[in-house]
Amino acid sequence: MSQSDPAAIFRQEAQDLLEQVEQGLLDLAHRPGDRGLIDAVFRGLHTLKGSGAMFGFDALAAFTHHCESAFDKVRKGEAPASAELIAAVLAAQDHMRALAEGRAASEAEGAALLAQLHAAVAAGDALPASAGPDETTWRLKFSFPPESLANGLRPLPLLDELRELGACEVKALVDGVPPLAVLDPTRGHLGWEVVLTTCQPRSAIEDVFIFVLDDMTLEVEALDAAPAGEESASAQAPDAAAPLAAAGPPASAAAETANEARAARGGESVRVPAERLDELMDRVGELVIVQSRLKQVASASIDPQLRGVSEEIERLAAELRDTMMVVRMVPVAQLFNRFRRLVHDLARETGKTIDLATEGETTELDKTVIERLADPLVHLIRNAADHGLETPAQRRAAGKAEAGHITLSARQAGAEVIIAIVDDGRGVDRARVRAKAEEAGLIAADAVLTDHELLQLIFQPGFSTAQAITNLSGRGVGMDVVKKTIEGLRGTLEMTSEEGRGSKIELRIPLTLAIIDGLLVRVAGGRYVIPLAAVEECVELPPEQDLRSSGRRLINLRGQLAPFIRLRELFATGTEPDPYQKVVIVSSGQERAGQHRVGLAVDQILGDHQTVIKSLSGLHADVETFSGATILGDGGVALILDVPHLVAAGQRQDAELRAAS
Amino acid sequence: MQQAQDMHDDQACDVFQVLTFDLQGETFALDAGLVREVIDLAPETGVPGAAPFVDAVINFRGRVIPLADLRLAFGMARGEPTRDSRIVVIEHEIEGEPTLIGLRADKVHEVTSIPLGDTEAPPRVGLRWRTDFIQRLAKHGGELVVLPDLAQVFATRGGALGAVVPFAPV
Repeated sequence: MSQSDPAAIFRQEAQDLLEQVEQGLLDLAHRPGDRGLIDAVFRGLHTLKGSGAMFGFDALAAFTHHCESAFDKVRKGEAPASAELIAAVLAAQDHMRALAEGRAASEAEGAALLAQLHAAVAAGDALPASAGPDETTWRLKFSFPPESLANGLRPLPLLDELRELGACEVKALVDGVPPLAVLDPTRGHLGWEVVLTTCQPRSAIEDVFIFVLDDMTLEVEALDAAPAGEESASAQAPDAAAPLAAAGPPASAAAETANEARAARGGESVRVPAERLDELMDRVGELVIVQSRLKQVASASIDPQLRGVSEEIERLAAELRDTMMVVRMVPVAQLFNRFRRLVHDLARETGKTIDLATEGETTELDKTVIERLADPLVHLIRNAADHGLETPAQRRAAGKAEAGHITLSARQAGAEVIIAIVDDGRGVDRARVRAKAEEAGLIAADAVLTDHELLQLIFQPGFSTAQAITNLSGRGVGMDVVKKTIEGLRGTLEMTSEEGRGSKIELRIPLTLAIIDGLLVRVAGGRYVIPLAAVEECVELPPEQDLRSSGRRLINLRGQLAPFIRLRELFATGTEPDPYQKVVIVSSGQERAGQHRVGLAVDQILGDHQTVIKSLSGLHADVETFSGATILGDGGVALILDVPHLVAAGQRQDAELRAAS
Repeated sequence: MQQAQDMHDDQACDVFQVLTFDLQGETFALDAGLVREVIDLAPETGVPGAAPFVDAVINFRGRVIPLADLRLAFGMARGEPTRDSRIVVIEHEIEGEPTLIGLRADKVHEVTSIPLGDTEAPPRVGLRWRTDFIQRLAKHGGELVVLPDLAQVFATRGGALGAVVPFAPV
């Protein structure tokens, strides 16, 4: 997709606008009277319509027009922002999204949505619509900077819009027009004076100019005797902020609008394709490696200048790397905001009342991680809403508040982010889980399980406790897929549940996929990184255990026996081991097997290492024991061990050895 | 094979632009468009458990790229590295992903043109090598030049995953 393709740019813009409108609508559902929100939604729809028409998305523009008119009524106080209206516009969002993306959207569907919308507005129309003020006569004087014509401003439609408001008397102000000899036809020299009689409020007049307000001169003056003096104001944005603030309330509202628009532009972020960030990351990685080579050269030299430069480069490179990491981080709010809509839909579909609370939205995670978390979280939230929360009647019977609560929270703990989904529903029915697991053949009928083990069964493939497959849970994704995705992100997942009180699922996700803390070890001539998150402790393999462990590979850890794998045998290095073998004790992630502590025997432990992870190519896709590689300070490459796969491979090798002997 | 066909169809492009290099005394040639760079030998990191054909990775400008040994695909001995040994870095699609791959070469010669007319499809029999690994054979400067079919070589990990086209015994 080329960045200069106007349609693509519009699609991007439309995405953003729709998201804004959606957030506004959802907020509005909680605070129906909030003027700011109503205006924001209206503005979003208005812009969408405007740029849609400009870029040739006529169907979108026409459809959006209806939503916009509906909200225009709300804005003017002619209709309330009712739950029906909000739901109707939310439902219309998806249609608009489809239109913006140029997907085939069925017209019938569009018509149905519009009917729903009109019904919602009509319901509100019962309000006394004539609450509007009496007719007022206004005098407007406005002009545009001369270069604005070249920038695409067209004053005539603005005049037409004014005419729609009421009786208009338009007079062109020709004072600024230069003599014909020096007249530049591409520049605008005219100003206009309009006497307008309308029952619309002042804000309606200002709205006509809403998109050009920043650059123009506009004076609005009420001709009727009433508060004329005070009300006159000149909106000469952007530098007229001070006089505006001093003027009457309607004018300052307009100024706020303009200010807001400007503030939004000021805090705007730059969209960068993710692959460019990756490229930049690669360059930074290269720089760090070259820098460490420079450091080696400098340390061998006695030239103080070279050493000085080397140190400076080292500092800069480290800072650059840190900055690069931060650039990739985005707040989880991006992720959480999507779920508000989901919960809104879920509540309507299930007929349950669901309150979603979010905490810690500013917690930041790597962009890639956020994207890959979306699907598992959708599933967990659906699960909580569908299976966890009871119906209002059941809740009443259980003595709980009718509205069910789902809390989505995020917080950072060290190099991990903990995301928790908590509901106050019925909790996990242990007996049913057990029955299901037995039925599915996951456990023996008389198996003795701890509560923790029982709950873990939910994450087994082929497990589902839903008595009826509902629309919600019927996505073909099971909890096992959720678990796999989380593990694919090098994260863990933990469920706790109290019957009758609710459940809690906690995800621990590493901050970034691009960097891990690792333990650098040496096995024969090769260097390897063990992810530090998996490492529990490091011990020396006592020579007597080393010798006799040919048949029995167990190490005594303070009275407890743990199996260990000799990496040099697994990797078939074919060289003599170092005399004092070290054993790195790792947790293999296989708690159910009862032996989650496994030792990895290595020749030497080299120390901590912060690691930029590089994935291995497709040619090594079949090598499961490594999750990636990293480049070390001296330019060499170390492979990163995939601990669960490595342990599995070690067990296979053991089994083969036993079979052979 | 597809590529040869394409070139055949296009009259303006009836020569192969290739980089020639030696493997155990035989001359091989690669489409010059694939070649990114020719570098000196770099410290290698063995990948335990990988196919012998791609048993190592190297650091190429901050990227970790696999190092493949065509000699093994063509049933040759690895041989000791010499002063002339180089690594030819090419870009090739692996499972739909453009991937940088290092190829070991005993000696790298030159970029040259081989007229299409001087090449032929490999004979079905009479070769020491798997015919499905060979795209074309060429006569160039009185020598036999092998144009390997890299897609096939990589797809089978240099033969480690078994033949896709059965080997015709002589």
